Amino acid sequence: MKRLAVLSALLVLAASPALAEPAAAPDRPLADAAQEARAQALFKDVRCVVCQHESIADSPAGIAADMRRLVREEIASGASDQAVREDLVRRWGDYILFRPPVRWTTGLLWFGPFALVLIGGLVMLWRARRRRATSTVPLSPTEEARLGALLKAETIRPDPDANRPHD
Amino acid sequence: MIVEVGAFALLLAFVLSVLQAVLSGVGRRLSSPVLAGGGQGAAIASALAVAVAFGALIHAFVTSDFSVANVAANSHTDKPMLYKVAGAWGSHEGSLLLWCLVMTGFGAFLARARTGGGGGLPFGLKTSAVAVQGGLSALFLAFTVFTSNPFARLDPAPFQGASLNPLLQDPALAVHPPLLYAGYVGFSVTFSLAVAALIEGKALAGLGQGFWPAWGRWVRPWALASWVFLTLGITLGAFWAYYELGWGGWWFWDPVENASFMPWLAGAALLHSAIVTERRGGLAGWTVFLALLAFTLSMLGAFLVRSGVLTSVHAFAVDPERGLTLLAILGLTAGSAFALFAWRAPQLKGGVVFAPISREGGLVLNNLFLTAATATVLLGTLYPLILQAMNGSTISVGPPYFNLTFVPLMACAFLILPAGPLLAWKRGDLKGASQRLALAGALAIGCGFLGWLMFDPKKAMAGAGLAMGAWLVLGAVAEWADRIRLFRASAGETLRRAKGLPLAAWGMTLAHAGLGVFVLGAVAETAFKAEAALALSTGQSVAAGGWVARLDEVKIVEGPNYLAERGTLTVTRANGAAPRVITAERRFFPAGGQTTTEVGLDFRGLDDVYVVMGERRAGRDGRPAWTVRLYWNPWARLIFLGPAIMALGGLLSLLDRRLRLGVGARRKVKA
Repeated sequence: MKRLAVLSALLVLAASPALAEPAAAPDRPLADAAQEARAQALFKDVRCVVCQHESIADSPAGIAADMRRLVREEIASGASDQAVREDLVRRWGDYILFRPPVRWTTGLLWFGPFALVLIGGLVMLWRARRRRATSTVPLSPTEEARLGALLKAETIRPDPDANRPHD
Repeated sequence: MIVEVGAFALLLAFVLSVLQAVLSGVGRRLSSPVLAGGGQGAAIASALAVAVAFGALIHAFVTSDFSVANVAANSHTDKPMLYKVAGAWGSHEGSLLLWCLVMTGFGAFLARARTGGGGGLPFGLKTSAVAVQGGLSALFLAFTVFTSNPFARLDPAPFQGASLNPLLQDPALAVHPPLLYAGYVGFSVTFSLAVAALIEGKALAGLGQGFWPAWGRWVRPWALASWVFLTLGITLGAFWAYYELGWGGWWFWDPVENASFMPWLAGAALLHSAIVTERRGGLAGWTVFLALLAFTLSMLGAFLVRSGVLTSVHAFAVDPERGLTLLAILGLTAGSAFALFAWRAPQLKGGVVFAPISREGGLVLNNLFLTAATATVLLGTLYPLILQAMNGSTISVGPPYFNLTFVPLMACAFLILPAGPLLAWKRGDLKGASQRLALAGALAIGCGFLGWLMFDPKKAMAGAGLAMGAWLVLGAVAEWADRIRLFRASAGETLRRAKGLPLAAWGMTLAHAGLGVFVLGAVAETAFKAEAALALSTGQSVAAGGWVARLDEVKIVEGPNYLAERGTLTVTRANGAAPRVITAERRFFPAGGQTTTEVGLDFRGLDDVYVVMGERRAGRDGRPAWTVRLYWNPWARLIFLGPAIMALGGLLSLLDRRLRLGVGARRKVKA
């Protein structure tokens, strides 16, 4: 029981790390529901500066709560989403947004995946065209006869996938 | 004593792996079955030696032998037994030993694979593959022994250990690493088989046209097994993040999550392209490339997680020097493999002919999108590192980026997915396929519309996403119904066809339907989840998404190695109906001085009501209050059910006779 008491004291200490930083107050949502929704959407795009790959929407850190308050204040004062983003970038740099800026240095990042699909698709089309030009010589009558004989002598269970469109 | 046995066994395993590589290599060179057999024996012995070492490490953890540095750093006498055992792979050193165990274990299975006629591996290919696998094992064992030895002693031994990170003390996370590693490292066998096929390039001509289909058949079981393990491992990890981190999310596009996702995507592409290689002998070079890529991405993941270049919740904090060694291993193995590929690939002429609209064409498109998706995840993970190294500017790549790139790419792939299995090999009938899918398509659009009506707020994109999920499920069902002639033939005929359906076909249907189930859950949860947070004293309540949670009481309870504030809450609908009592905890672990949350999960059909207890604070009227977060996560069950169905599909496919090594491609049956 004594151990429990000591541990309880520890728990209370840990639960309110009062010495380090006071427990963050739960967020006070904006009164206007539309503004609050905009703020919530923005939180997901903003990185918590002291955390490891967490947005301020998810982070329990005190500074994340401060950043949420900042975003809410700016939205309440009538700033557009873009203006809020720009202000955050001015304070902390591009790092603060989970959506990287579109610049020539990030061109590969943004357009690489689509370029890959495009190039891949073009290569496939080109190869298909080249193949069509060289392929499929019709069977000669003797070959047809041999094929028919082979098929007739077939004792292997037909593969359910192989000839489906013909059934 | 046992610790010394473990350390010795580990060193022995390294020597045996070197022996495996050398004996098999020389045996191949001299075409000597005796030497090759010796190499295979060394492979099995090496796996046994690593198993002994692993057993010794677990023993040290179970008996809390704090004279072992790794145990002292990651265990504690108060820890429950499950987490003492799981602590063995909870650190960098221990998990690396697990990595080696899986690698040598797969190597032993490879060494036991049948050779010779009747569908077995040819001597040359198998011996080369065993040699390559031995080389890989030797590299990773050397890395373990010489830079990250889990058996390093500590003098003087401390009286108590520092305990395992409490976040990791969770049943799902105890089994998550073994499954994940079985997946990651399983791809080492496809890598070895691919390198062996490239080395044996000259001999391929002698094997004739039948070589590549046979090679595809040998590679596919390994790829499939690895992919199934990886699917389960990632899903368990996502589930852990969902209920242990207490943020209400399950996938954050965190670099470490991406590190496990890349081999999964490449593995999925490999599974599909190997089908073309197996059935038609086509895309051989591409399949070899993917087999190399899947394991390269696994190794890249290991490097990213263990080198400290990434900031992530999951990264092992490890010094950059070991990271450099890992990078060297990665460069050596992947670099030489891809160089060999570049040299030999022009000789790998598949030479099969197919029209763009055909089963092959569909699988090629699948590969195009899956590869682009892999590249997207790779770019998103590495770009911040590369940009910072190049011009010092820092950017963050997170969910908004992947929503704009990965998601549309996948949407395109999903749109065409159900048509693929309905197309014939060589030349498909698109009109026929679309006729057979018309009903499924119409129903899917209907489902999307229904979903749009069902949830508030109305979001058109979410409706489209739900339609996409329904399209995948219904498309898979339509293909299955078409195969067994459901309602088009007599009941007896349908039943006969269903019985005759190969397990691989059932597996494909399940895997594709499971993907659809996942999409439904992911879309509904992401688009419509609701949350609220309030400071509650007992008797007060918080409401979100049509649900109310009332805080009844908060007690302090003592766990085996923690103390917790346990909140008892009653969850009801907004009108007070359907009450259910759940508990949520905030745990404090004195050993590490850390706190974790234990989420209160209330399963409501497919939805979750998810309650997180926060910190204690002073309430308005002087009474203590706790910050309680309430989430309503609609259809969250499907997010984890879908991948489980996919893994089950993969397992069924794996059990198909046609995919088993040593079983003839076709059995003769009475006509």
